[in-house]
Amino acid sequence: MAEAFAKLKESFIFNFIEGARWKYITNGLLVTLKVTFFALLLGIAIGVVVAMIRSSYDQTKDEMQPGFGKTLMTGLNNLARLYLTVIRGTPVVVQLLIGYFVIFVSTTNTVFVASMVFGINSGAYITEIIRGGIMSIDPGQFEAGRSIGFNYIQTMRHIIIPQAFKNVLPSLANEFIALLKETAVCGYIGLMDLTKGGDVIRGRTFSAFMPLIAVALIYLLLVIFFSWLIGKLERRLRSSER
Amino acid sequence: MSAEIIISVKDLEKHFNAGAVHALNGVSVDIEKSEVLVVIGPSGSGKSTFLRCLNLLERPTGGSVVFEGTDITAPRVNINLYRRRMGMVFQHFNLFPHMTVLKNLTLGPTELLKKSQAEADKKAMQLLERVGLSDRADAYPSQLSGGQKQRIAIVRALCMEPDVMLFDEPTSALDPEMVGEVLDVMKELAKVGMTMVVVTHEMGFAREVADRVLFMDEGVIVEQGTPEEIFDHPQSERLQSFLSKVL
Repeated sequence: MAEAFAKLKESFIFNFIEGARWKYITNGLLVTLKVTFFALLLGIAIGVVVAMIRSSYDQTKDEMQPGFGKTLMTGLNNLARLYLTVIRGTPVVVQLLIGYFVIFVSTTNTVFVASMVFGINSGAYITEIIRGGIMSIDPGQFEAGRSIGFNYIQTMRHIIIPQAFKNVLPSLANEFIALLKETAVCGYIGLMDLTKGGDVIRGRTFSAFMPLIAVALIYLLLVIFFSWLIGKLERRLRSSER
Repeated sequence: MSAEIIISVKDLEKHFNAGAVHALNGVSVDIEKSEVLVVIGPSGSGKSTFLRCLNLLERPTGGSVVFEGTDITAPRVNINLYRRRMGMVFQHFNLFPHMTVLKNLTLGPTELLKKSQAEADKKAMQLLERVGLSDRADAYPSQLSGGQKQRIAIVRALCMEPDVMLFDEPTSALDPEMVGEVLDVMKELAKVGMTMVVVTHEMGFAREVADRVLFMDEGVIVEQGTPEEIFDHPQSERLQSFLSKVL
C-alpha cells in the first residue's frame, strides 16, 4: 500500500513538477476557459438574434403584408434555417478545421479561431433553446407589451426575453457545460488547451495515467463547480417571484 | 350630436384561416369622447375580435378604424404611437410576472413617454392610491389576488395617460367575490369621463354604467341603444333569446 502510494507520488513529481510541466496544465486550463467564455458570449448573442428572427417569422408570417418587410423577414428566416441545418448537421471538429484552414487562414490566433467556431456552433443550439423559451411564454405577455405601445424589439427586450431566459437557464447551463467539454478538440488546430496540455506531458514523460487522469479530474471539478454556481443563480432568480 | 368622435369604425371585417372563419362581417360604429360603450353578445359573436381590432392587436381584413382623425389601419402607420393612447385591459390580466407592481406600472411611461423614474413613480403611486393598492407597490404579481391583479392592470394602462380604455372581459377570470372591486374601479373611471369600450358579461354593469350598449352576434351589430332600450325593450329575437339566457 505504502509502496503504491510512493510510486504514485514519484509519478506525480515526474509528470508535473520536473521541468515545471504543471504549466502545461494551468496554461491549458486558462485557454480552455477563455475559449469557452468567448464562445458562450458569442453563442448567446447569435442565439438571441436568430431565435428572435425564427420566432417572429413564425408568429407573424400569416399576417404580414407583401412588401419589403415580408421579403426581408422571409430571407432572414431562410438564412437562419440554413445556418441551423448546416451547423447542427456537421461535426464540430470538421467545423473547427474548416474555420482554421479555410475561413480564418490569415490569422494565427488560434484562441480567436476556436472561440469563433465554437461560438457559431453553440449559437445554433442556443438558438433552439431560446426559441423554445420564447414560445413557452404566454402570448398574453406579448400582447400586453404591444398594447402599451412597445414595438416588437422592445417587447422582446423588456418582457419576453427576461422571462424566457429564466425558463431556459437550466438548458443553457447544460449547453455551457457541453461546450466546456467540447472545446477539448481544440488540439486539432494546435491550440494548447487543457486536453492538449495533458497530452503534451504524456508525450514528454511517456506515462499516460497521471496526466490524463489529472486532466479528466480538472474537467470534472469545473463541471461540478459551474453546476453548483448555476443552481445558486437559478434559485435566486426564482425567489424574486415569490 | 355635436360630441367629439374619438374612434370611428367603418365596415370592419376580420376573416381567419384565409376566409374560412368570418369573425367580423362589416361592423360600423362611432365612439364619442367620454362615452362608455358596452359590447355584449354570446361567445363567438366577434365582440372580443371587434375590441382587439380597435388597437390592431388583431389586424382587420377589411374596413377602417379612424382614431382621433388618423386611419390607423392604413399601411405605414406606426401603430405603436397610437396604442400608447389606447389602454387595454385583458381577461387574464397579463401583468409582467418578473417585475414588481411599481415596475409594471412605470415601464411604459419611462421607456416610451421618456418620463424620469421619479416622475413615473409618483404618478403610479397616485393611481395606486386611488384603487387602494398603494401598499402593494413592491409586491410581485404572483403575490396578489385576481381582483388586485386586475386593478393593477387597469392602473398600468392608465399610467400611459390614454384617451380611451379598452376592456376585454375584465371580470371573466375572477372569483365572484372579486368582481365587485374591479367593477368599482371601472365605474370610478367612467365617472371621471374616461372614454371606455367594455366587452363584458356583467349585465348589471352594462345597465348601470353604459351610455350605449351594442349587442353583437355572428360578427355583426344586431342591435344598439341605451341600456333601457336594450335590456327593457329588446327588438330583435336574437337579443331577446340572449337576454332570456343571461338575465
